[in-house]
Amino acid sequence: MATIFIDNVPYHVQDGQNLLSACLSLGFNIPYFCWHPAMHAVGACRMCAVKQFRDESDTRGSIVMSCMTPASDGTRVSIDDDDIREFRAAVIEFLMLNHPHDCPVCDEGGECHLQDMTVLSGHVYRRNRFKKRTYINQNLGPFINHEMNRCIQCYRCVRFYRDYAGGRDFNVFGVHDRIYFGRCSDGTLENEFSGNLVEVCPTGVFTDKTLRKQYTRKWDLQTAPSVCPHCGLGCNTIVGERYGSVRRILNRYNHELNGYFLCDRGRFGYEFVNCDRRIRQLLVKDKSGDSEAFLQPIEKQQALHSLSEIFRSGAPVIGLGSPRASLEANFSLRSLVGPENFYIGISDPEFQMISRIIEVLRNGPAHSPSLREVEQSDAVLILGEDVTNTAPRLALSLRQSVRQKPMEMVDRLKVPRWLDGSVRQIVQENKGPLYIFSPVATRLDDVATKTLQLAPDDIARIGFQIAHEIDPEAPPVSDLTANFRGLAANIAETLKQASVPLVVSGTGCGSIHVINAAANVTRALRSKGKRAGLSYTVPECNSLGLGLIGGGNISDCFQRIMSCSVNTFIVLENDLYRRAEVQITDQILNNCKRLIVIDHIMSRTAEKADIMLPSGTFAETTGSFVNSEGRCQRQFRVIPPTGEIQEAHQWIFDIMTSLQWDTLRHFSDIESIGELLAAEFPVFKPLPEVAPRSSFREFGQKIPRQSHRYSGRTSMLANITVNEPKPPDDPESPLSFSMEGYQGIPPASLIQRFWAPGWNSSQSVNKFQSEINGPLIGGDPGQRLIEPSASGKWSYFTDIPEPYKPQDDLWLMIPKFHVFGSEELSSLGPAISERIPKPYVGINPKDAESLGKQEGEKVAVAGENFSISVPVRIIKSLPRGIMALPVGLFTLDGFTFPQWVRIVRD
Amino acid sequence: MEKPLTQHFVIGGEPLDLAGYEKVGGYEACRKSLKSLTRDDIMKLVKDSNLRGRGGAGFPTGLKWSSMPSSQNSPRPRYLIADADEMEPGAFKDRILMEGNPHQLIEGLIICAYTVDAEIGFIFIRSEYTKAAARINKAIREAYEKGYLGFNILGTGFNLDLKLHISSGRYICGEGTALTNSIEGHRAIPRHKAPRQTESGLWGMPTLLNNVETLCNIPHVVNNGAEWFRGLSKCKDGGTKIFGVSGKVRNPGCWELPMGTTIREILEEHAGGMRDGLKFRGTLPGGASTDFLVEQHLDTPMDYDSVQKAGSRFGTGTMIILDNQTCPVGMVHNLESFFSRESCGWCTPCREGLPWTAKILAAIEDGKGEPRDIDTLDFLVRSLGPGRTFCALAPGAMEPLRSALKFFREDFDAHIKEKRCPWR
Repeated sequence: MATIFIDNVPYHVQDGQNLLSACLSLGFNIPYFCWHPAMHAVGACRMCAVKQFRDESDTRGSIVMSCMTPASDGTRVSIDDDDIREFRAAVIEFLMLNHPHDCPVCDEGGECHLQDMTVLSGHVYRRNRFKKRTYINQNLGPFINHEMNRCIQCYRCVRFYRDYAGGRDFNVFGVHDRIYFGRCSDGTLENEFSGNLVEVCPTGVFTDKTLRKQYTRKWDLQTAPSVCPHCGLGCNTIVGERYGSVRRILNRYNHELNGYFLCDRGRFGYEFVNCDRRIRQLLVKDKSGDSEAFLQPIEKQQALHSLSEIFRSGAPVIGLGSPRASLEANFSLRSLVGPENFYIGISDPEFQMISRIIEVLRNGPAHSPSLREVEQSDAVLILGEDVTNTAPRLALSLRQSVRQKPMEMVDRLKVPRWLDGSVRQIVQENKGPLYIFSPVATRLDDVATKTLQLAPDDIARIGFQIAHEIDPEAPPVSDLTANFRGLAANIAETLKQASVPLVVSGTGCGSIHVINAAANVTRALRSKGKRAGLSYTVPECNSLGLGLIGGGNISDCFQRIMSCSVNTFIVLENDLYRRAEVQITDQILNNCKRLIVIDHIMSRTAEKADIMLPSGTFAETTGSFVNSEGRCQRQFRVIPPTGEIQEAHQWIFDIMTSLQWDTLRHFSDIESIGELLAAEFPVFKPLPEVAPRSSFREFGQKIPRQSHRYSGRTSMLANITVNEPKPPDDPESPLSFSMEGYQGIPPASLIQRFWAPGWNSSQSVNKFQSEINGPLIGGDPGQRLIEPSASGKWSYFTDIPEPYKPQDDLWLMIPKFHVFGSEELSSLGPAISERIPKPYVGINPKDAESLGKQEGEKVAVAGENFSISVPVRIIKSLPRGIMALPVGLFTLDGFTFPQWVRIVRD
Repeated sequence: MEKPLTQHFVIGGEPLDLAGYEKVGGYEACRKSLKSLTRDDIMKLVKDSNLRGRGGAGFPTGLKWSSMPSSQNSPRPRYLIADADEMEPGAFKDRILMEGNPHQLIEGLIICAYTVDAEIGFIFIRSEYTKAAARINKAIREAYEKGYLGFNILGTGFNLDLKLHISSGRYICGEGTALTNSIEGHRAIPRHKAPRQTESGLWGMPTLLNNVETLCNIPHVVNNGAEWFRGLSKCKDGGTKIFGVSGKVRNPGCWELPMGTTIREILEEHAGGMRDGLKFRGTLPGGASTDFLVEQHLDTPMDYDSVQKAGSRFGTGTMIILDNQTCPVGMVHNLESFFSRESCGWCTPCREGLPWTAKILAAIEDGKGEPRDIDTLDFLVRSLGPGRTFCALAPGAMEPLRSALKFFREDFDAHIKEKRCPWR
């Protein structure tokens, strides 16, 4: 701890930080632009000036930038001196020389950091009488709108895009007062994290183009805390809604998880909620008449009646769970059909991998790190995972991890780590160890120490060997070439020398051997006393949660349907066509006597439903999800109940009600379901504590999803009624669909917006943190469910696969993920769909040559249960004999990976 | 009077080639340094000589050299940069040194590199200096051929690679850290002072940066000793200095004179006084980014401390003279337009404040000034002062304006009152 004097009052602050974060942590308002809590200080904007005094006798002092000055013991500053006030107002006046006075029509207006800082600085009158500078804007693609005239040259955008996120197609151009931030020429910003510019930019240069199409001011939005549904990481988001449609996603700071940043899939993937494939009505298909029956609307009571008839008939009803539905929905379905009739809604190989991941994480000894811990790892080994495309936000954290090791150079020169300009100058191009073994080149390769593209089995083999090199007890790979043995030994040595090594793997290349190998490496490191972490990526937002609940294999489910021993098949928020090949799925669904689908999207499975129950998307569902770290988190619905849409667990509850179950009340709401889950599965014991209970009140009040009361909002429905209607109830959460309630800082998992008096932009997050860059006040949201068991009952995996050998007529088909396109829901939105590549099959250039195929020429591929014809894409990095098929880009996309396939020659 | 720096200049012809330079004693100092002096010996010589950096800041050269970290366990390579990016309006001393005797600079560089154990040298030269660049390139080639540069110099085991880097033309590159960024291929913006360049400079390696004129002095210090060097001067700072005078004087140019020569002597004896019919009104003694001195300061000796005491800066020692027939507002406007154009755009006050200053001055000059403009200019001088900006560019740019407002305030007022420039 250090004691600093602010205007002669002593304060105790954490050592080693700068004055700006120390003052902000203490709650003082110091204006800033270029400083960013995650990107630190460069001293460009000169806004955070304070006056520093040598000692008590120094009365003149000198102006310093608080972001560039350490808050060391005995530091004396004034943050409210006349010179300081004049200078801060001067900086704003300078920025306003060219800033357009377009606040009323600016997208940022009302949540603009520049507005806030202008008011804070006290600058009111503009003395400049000369013309303003103007720029030509660029079309930056479907996500980001560009309005350069508003730029105040804080350099945050370019520092985020290039230095932090590793983007290359964006830069700063020009000199003196003609600085330009953009691309060389118009074009889509390609970096997967470009959307963060919206929040990084302190004013309206970069704004959300998807919001612009259906623009709503921050104060007009109804907002709620949510969990991103578009990958397994479960980044925290704030969803904004108006008139029943979702308008935008903002980052919701979670110190342990996503910090300040989201990926573009998470930020812009929401548009599916508003798309025309949404199911908003209860539909049934009357099969009694013609064979060509269509789904038609039906009264709810009538539908529930026929549903109860089905159950009462006594014939078996089976249910299929979903990795994208909440724990509560999955568990309700399991309870409705009975555990023996509940099946896991993912393919068998995937189930096997998820189960193995859970087993490894439970048995330990390595623990699954949070993204914050990932960033602090000082040596990383990635086995088989193209992280940028399977768990994008993790890739951003890994990109920061390579900066850990070189920080030793910075420490040696006694330069504080937050002095970002100096740090980058010292570190230069030095990077910490990052080894990537994957089937194809990845977007992280540019910061990797060594990358190698191998077949999944070979990746596993090198992993096994690395484990053996670390701990001879781990099984060796006997028939490895000398080169690979040497490489494995090198990597083993590097990992052993690191203080917090990390192994990243996952389901991405479809190989359980790779998952085993990753476990062996961390186990070996742990056996040597290293604090090694093990991070597995999983495909969907509740893959791990579903795996923890468990259920039967999907193949057994199919078998029961095929053997006609099933009367009714209930599919929960799942598209079977993504789980199995089309031939199989068609067969299953055609054989199914009665198909009930509970989903929010008209999928191919839903089209075949006999009864279709419209459930809520993430924006209409309160529920709990388990991310790949094993962290259980609660999301809260933001759209009030409208029409027939209701949460999946409510539909199941309605069915139970119509059956007049006596245990009924236990399924009435997520809290009761949570209690049941916790009682049945010890792992879910913390579930009821994941977020405050619905009875939670702050000063006797609920937490309102709407901003402070003002007349504009009360007139929202004035075209329908001039009376202000009663807000809809929300019995399931401590949030309300209302303006009334506690507008202060709520418990962290209930933060519905970042706002504080004087801080209207998302920069106000600093008021919600216990200290700058620290946990949210009261602790970060979420509860870790899986911790390695202390008893340490683990052993090495010994099932080492045979080396991969290219086959003459057979090709090993592996999955290739795309951040835009491989995920089911986000792909339905117009913005994301502009970024989705065309279907292709990737092969090595030499293979293409031997096939006599040029880039773009079609090739016919046939597997066990499918045959397709797709254009060839030549991928240099792909090993020979391997074929990469993009996931999710085909209408028939339920391929089993990896599998051997044939190429049908012309 | 001894003139070591310019003694071997060939007026009106090509400079001495390597053989010619050796004939007049060239590379003797280099030979002596590498073969018979230790690094500590040279370091002591330079410290004792009281040589101060000739780039403008006047930092004691010996002290700067000794801030290079010890060679043991040092990251390598270590760099030495000669700053030849002479872009200060009014300054042309480095140009004549490089054009007049390029081998003198190279010899100084070799001795310096040897002393601080640097193995790669750069001469960062202003892009307009094409003649100097050609001559230096030729001299470097000759020095390599003769074994003064390259591997195992003079059989001593010392290696030095020397490269000429031609700037793409930014004033800010005179700021040492911006220069470093520029060589690295980054935008020419200054870096934060910590860590020092000597600890982590070019590509993160220990880097020493010296002005051309500073390095040119080194061979003479080594050849003749510290005492001799101190004796060249009229003040406690050692050596001679290339002083320059520009403006409407009879004989503008530059001369090598003892440090501490008075402004009056330089102006009247060497520059020949003002042109007929013109009167002296003021001077920027150290180049464009220094405060005006006026009549009352003419007897100020030109050395770092005396000029500072008089209220300005010694800078590069190259004066710009203002006469009574030239509009001071126009002159300051000209300078501020230059500084505004040369701002790198990194920090707010400089990037936005300088163009605003230039626009106000242009308006005043055009007869469109308003009385409140003077207050705004005062405000700008304050807001672009030291500590407020990231580097010294804007505070330097404010020096002529600040002093013009002090000494020539009536001229500003006349412009505004008469709504025209009284000199037009």
